[in-house]
Amino acid sequence: MITRPAFTDTLHSEWIKFRSLRSTWLTLGGLVVVGLGLPLLSADPAAQGYLTGTIEEQQDWDPTNGSLLMFFIAQLVIGVLGILVVTSEHATGLMQTSLSATPRRHRLLGAKVAVVAAVSLVAGQALAFPAFLIGQAGFAAAGVPHATLADPRALSAVVGCGLYLAVIALLAVALGALIRATAGALATLVGIVLLVPVLDGMFPPWLDGLLDVWPTLGGAAVIATVPDPDYPQPWLHFAGMSAGILALLVVAFVLFERRDV
Amino acid sequence: MTSIDVRGLTKRYGPRTVVDDLTFTVPAGQVTGFLGPNGAGKSTTMRMIMSLAAPSGGSVTIGGRRYRDLPVPLTEVGALLDAGAVHGARTAQDHLLALAASNGLPRRRVGEVLARTGMDGVARRRAGEFSLGMRQRLGIAATLLGDPRVLIFDEPVNGLDPEGIRWIRDFMRSLAREGRAVLVSSHLMSEMAQTADHLVVIGRGRLIADTTMSEFMRANGEGTVLVRTDEPDAFALRLSAAGATVREGPESSLVVSGMTAAQIGKLAAYHDVALSELAPRRPRWRTPSWS
Ligand SMILES: Nc1ncnc2c1ncn2[C@@H]1O[C@H](COP(=O)(O)OP(=O)(O)OP(=O)(O)O)[C@@H](O)[C@H]1O
Ligand SMILES: [Mg+2]
Repeated sequence: MITRPAFTDTLHSEWIKFRSLRSTWLTLGGLVVVGLGLPLLSADPAAQGYLTGTIEEQQDWDPTNGSLLMFFIAQLVIGVLGILVVTSEHATGLMQTSLSATPRRHRLLGAKVAVVAAVSLVAGQALAFPAFLIGQAGFAAAGVPHATLADPRALSAVVGCGLYLAVIALLAVALGALIRATAGALATLVGIVLLVPVLDGMFPPWLDGLLDVWPTLGGAAVIATVPDPDYPQPWLHFAGMSAGILALLVVAFVLFERRDV
Repeated sequence: MTSIDVRGLTKRYGPRTVVDDLTFTVPAGQVTGFLGPNGAGKSTTMRMIMSLAAPSGGSVTIGGRRYRDLPVPLTEVGALLDAGAVHGARTAQDHLLALAASNGLPRRRVGEVLARTGMDGVARRRAGEFSLGMRQRLGIAATLLGDPRVLIFDEPVNGLDPEGIRWIRDFMRSLAREGRAVLVSSHLMSEMAQTADHLVVIGRGRLIADTTMSEFMRANGEGTVLVRTDEPDAFALRLSAAGATVREGPESSLVVSGMTAAQIGKLAAYHDVALSELAPRRPRWRTPSWS
């Protein structure tokens, strides 16, 4: 006798789908290359920048942040992973098959969110800690001030970096479910995390509140030990960003339930 | 016995009504052909049966329940709407494993359906490397995972070679023999004639016919017989008197329907009429009366 499937069955199914694609492992491999390669390559140039910098620049020297700047690129790679979990099914028509097997749509999207959340939480931390250690080793070798995890706020910044990547991965799932096309969702993600921050300063003042919690801007302020005067409460900004992304996820769930496939 | 019950089903896209107040039943133990020209609304109807598209009006139930309310959907309905609907980078086995897991079905079902569709040899190959026929079989394997009582196929023979077509035809017949309700769409009457017991015909979203296959053939495309004789007018009268419908054919021939060639031959012999030609013609399948 077959019993009514539980959420864990849906989860199991989504995990099989996730792990059975080579692109999943290639993307995760890319994440490792970016996450560990960038701190390796950038430690020396950053150290030279410190040595030739002005007094003020040297006062602002934040070796923790310097070793974690890889988040800038890593957020796009982990974003691709989150987007594809939804859009690859729309692109191939597989979504019809998935929804035939699991017509309770919230449950299907919920399982996808859960798989991405679990993978990105682990991947984020698994990336942030080695990146920090590699970066600090590079700074030590170059003879510039470096940090240890025991330094004030260093641990918070490293953990924050991993969490930040996980939250961006969930933003990507939401964008994938809302936009349904890979290219469109990816372009939107790039716009959010790279373009808007570059245009910072061109927005009217009433938008500043939004920028305080924007990804890469206020939302990423936790990835530092020297407080940025623009974002004095890093974890508050991070919480704001997370709340915004949660709201977007809620909209994605509502539309995913309603739209024809 | 599980059946599909479509009641007043309607779908509008903006101002266009693409499925218009459809009502029909797909009974168990038969292959029901769902026939209509391109754009008639067959796929849209099937997507509404599967809760993939929301009806603008009316309802459709499977064994009395809406699809999305089925507790273990794969054990009640198997559907192949689009053979391309697999991720090309996933192996056949992983594709089926993920589907089986979602409904809590045992892992061994994957091997069983692969065997039943003749796909066990390619289980570990990526779906993207499959030919159309193999993808079709993979899709059918997926529909069988939960051993469902109801099966739905949207144009399953499209693009297949004659051998593939025959395989799918026989397969659908065997599913119906096992007591399952089988709904299969096509835009070719000739295809339906060889597969279906029952026929639901739609055109521009509306129901045109809902009859048994044999009834439909009698009414719509039963073959005609071409008759040539030296005295066409006199023989035409005799034929009409015997209940046949007679039209004028090319070069003063007669086109007769409602009687078989054998019956016409006997009638001619009885009245001592010499026939120079007596040729049954195949039904004009490709031009059924869409309205
Ligand atoms: N998502 C949609 N938005 C707008 N119109 C649609 C949509 N899906 C289908 N249609 C229209 O609905 C009509 C019926 O389409 P449908 O695919 O159901 O026909 P069909 O009978 O399956 O045809 P075919 O034999 O070509 O597969 C078509 O005119 C199509 O253009
Ligand atoms: Mg169609």
